[in-house]
Amino acid sequence: MLLAEVGFAEATWVLIVKSVLIFLLVFMIVPVLTVTERKLIGRFQNRHGPNRVGPVGLLQPLADIVKLAGKEMFRPTGAVPLLFAIAPALIIFSGILTLAIIPFGNVVDGVGLYGIDVSIGVLYFFAFGSLSFYGLLLAGWSSGSKYSFLGSMRSAAQLISYEISMGLALLGAVMMAGSLSLTAIVEAQDEVWYIVPQIVGFLIFMLAGFAETNRAPFDLPEADAELVQGYQTEYGGMRFGSFLLAEYLEMFVVCAIATTFFLGGWTGPGPDWLSPVWLILKTLALIFVFIWVRATLPRLRYDQLMSLGWKILLPLATLNVLVTAILVTVL
Amino acid sequence: MTPDGTLNRAAPTQSGVQPEIEDPSLGLVRQAETEVRPPDVDLDLEPEQELLTINMGPHHPATHGVLRLIVTLQGEQVIDLKPVIGYVHTGIEKSCEQHSYWKVIPFVERMDYLGYFFNMEAYCGCVESLLALEIPPRAKWLRTLHMELNRIHSHLVWLGTSALDLGAISMFWYCFRERDRILDLFEMSAGQRMHTRYFQVGGVFEDIPVGFEQKVKEFCAEMPDRISQYEALLDQNEIFLRRTKGIGIVPRERLLELGVTGPLLRAAGEPWDLRKATDYLAYPELDFNIPVGTVGDGYDRYRCRVAEMRESVRMIEQCIDGLPEGPWIADDRKIVLPPRDELSTSMEALIHHFKLVTEGFRVPPGELYHSIEGPRGELGCFIVADGSAKPGRVHFRDSSFVNLQAFREMSVGGYVADLIQNLAMLDPILGGIDR
Repeated sequence: MLLAEVGFAEATWVLIVKSVLIFLLVFMIVPVLTVTERKLIGRFQNRHGPNRVGPVGLLQPLADIVKLAGKEMFRPTGAVPLLFAIAPALIIFSGILTLAIIPFGNVVDGVGLYGIDVSIGVLYFFAFGSLSFYGLLLAGWSSGSKYSFLGSMRSAAQLISYEISMGLALLGAVMMAGSLSLTAIVEAQDEVWYIVPQIVGFLIFMLAGFAETNRAPFDLPEADAELVQGYQTEYGGMRFGSFLLAEYLEMFVVCAIATTFFLGGWTGPGPDWLSPVWLILKTLALIFVFIWVRATLPRLRYDQLMSLGWKILLPLATLNVLVTAILVTVL
Repeated sequence: MTPDGTLNRAAPTQSGVQPEIEDPSLGLVRQAETEVRPPDVDLDLEPEQELLTINMGPHHPATHGVLRLIVTLQGEQVIDLKPVIGYVHTGIEKSCEQHSYWKVIPFVERMDYLGYFFNMEAYCGCVESLLALEIPPRAKWLRTLHMELNRIHSHLVWLGTSALDLGAISMFWYCFRERDRILDLFEMSAGQRMHTRYFQVGGVFEDIPVGFEQKVKEFCAEMPDRISQYEALLDQNEIFLRRTKGIGIVPRERLLELGVTGPLLRAAGEPWDLRKATDYLAYPELDFNIPVGTVGDGYDRYRCRVAEMRESVRMIEQCIDGLPEGPWIADDRKIVLPPRDELSTSMEALIHHFKLVTEGFRVPPGELYHSIEGPRGELGCFIVADGSAKPGRVHFRDSSFVNLQAFREMSVGGYVADLIQNLAMLDPILGGIDR
């Protein structure tokens, strides 16, 4: 039974191999991201960053993972055991599922360089991306801690508010391409990247992306100065590690989606097999912006975050959709 | 450098006179701005509304030490707030009674651990007044120099940690970079980076080494640029402005009632500063302004302290240029240790040295309160001398302790995030509060 119409059908074994490959690729990127972030922020802050483990500190993520894995996965007595354990898994799960639709390239030698090319790509992204919200909420609620509870309340409000703007920001690009499929959207950017006509959409998407991934300056759910670590406060060991993992995974996904929708996706000079490299390079450039912002900006206040989301981003995104719709129809 | 007072000495007014905006001695940090954004709060509680009491601290990233806050929240808004102190109470004041006067100095400088030169000066100045001991001019100027360096150091730590509390993580490192340069200077002159024990009763421990003046001048030349960089990072940052402007306002009159002093009070428009109001050390001979705010919100507090850093740089430059030659410690052999080289040639010196080290000097009976302007406000030392070589009672009026009283009024009605901002701009040092 087909759940959705797929643009390109392949043998089952190809799909399995692709899934494993994409999974491995991204899970190799995440540790690199963590060390890159720490190195870059170190540079921004006039210090070296990690430089003790391995050559120039490159093995630092391994040491981190070993350390986290060796820690006790304790649980507060007031916690709800099952939900407490499920929450971090749920967050990682949603991150991995959204990876499936990111197109790393077009069809090369009969194999599409993506997990799956569904005709409802955008909807798929939002459907599974939103699942992470349950993870945050459950993590905060099941911890039985007030800080965690406050953190999850914040994240619930924040994610719902910014999801709408995020969706509307992508709608402009979808209308211009005339398709919900991500490969079709990349192919539609043959002449000009959508960042040019859809600059407003791009900016809104990136802003909302900061909020969706709980990154500075929208990192209120885990505002360490106020809520210690928000919904992560009571977690330890690899469960805590999986929250970090999920954060980087989501950051990668959001940047990859932004690349796909606005920066021409995999397109770039060179042979076809280079296209994954182009996508990853563009994504990394966007991630650099994420890191840069984190090193620079203070954190917004809760009510300011809400008013930015509802009073500025949402009307702007709606207007952008409206103008795009008119222009697409007229031209 | 005019002793007749034409040099802007007109700043102080504790209560009463409204400071004039045109007064050149007021380094007004911000043009009067009508735009004040108090958070719209609805404090009328409905009975069924659920309140959440959370316990912030004593181990919490934003409480600057071990302050414990019992906060009652309604959603994100602070309904009530109770600071609990005493987690680093070490009985310093009591310990002081067990030691001779010169051994008390290392104790008291560990109270407010960011203002150790100020602690020393409050104590040493008090003992010197009890002894009616005049310290040589070079000692006065050296003390002033080190205290102003210390003021910058303290404000830098405040700025870094406050920005960190607001989420601007990089400011911390930039501020600590400059702080380290100040600590290098302290290491050069006193041999220690923190808790230098540089001030002695009677003067300072040692003359400054060769090359120190040059290093200080280099620092002074660089520091204004660095301050401009901090301002560039924060002052034009919309998020920072929104987080600080119009937040935590307590009226000037109320602050005076609570006994709040220092940058907190000056940010609210009262130019009260003991460096202007009283004559101690070299301050009467220095040319400097007192930065004064207008609104008294978090932003004014930030602006006041940053402007104070600039003024301190000016004062340090003047201290280096005007540093008088001469002895750096008084010549009273009953109080001050004799120079080391005299010990092998003079019997008299040996006897003095022995008496001072074993028993210490005696202070005539009496009691005295001596206060100076610390980085966080009035820092006072009260000593009861009973005629022996040990103080009968040592008490400190720590500015953080008094200022903390205003915290509740700043924060009730605001958001949790504002509470953190208020605490950051209050700049409490728990070592000083608990003692």
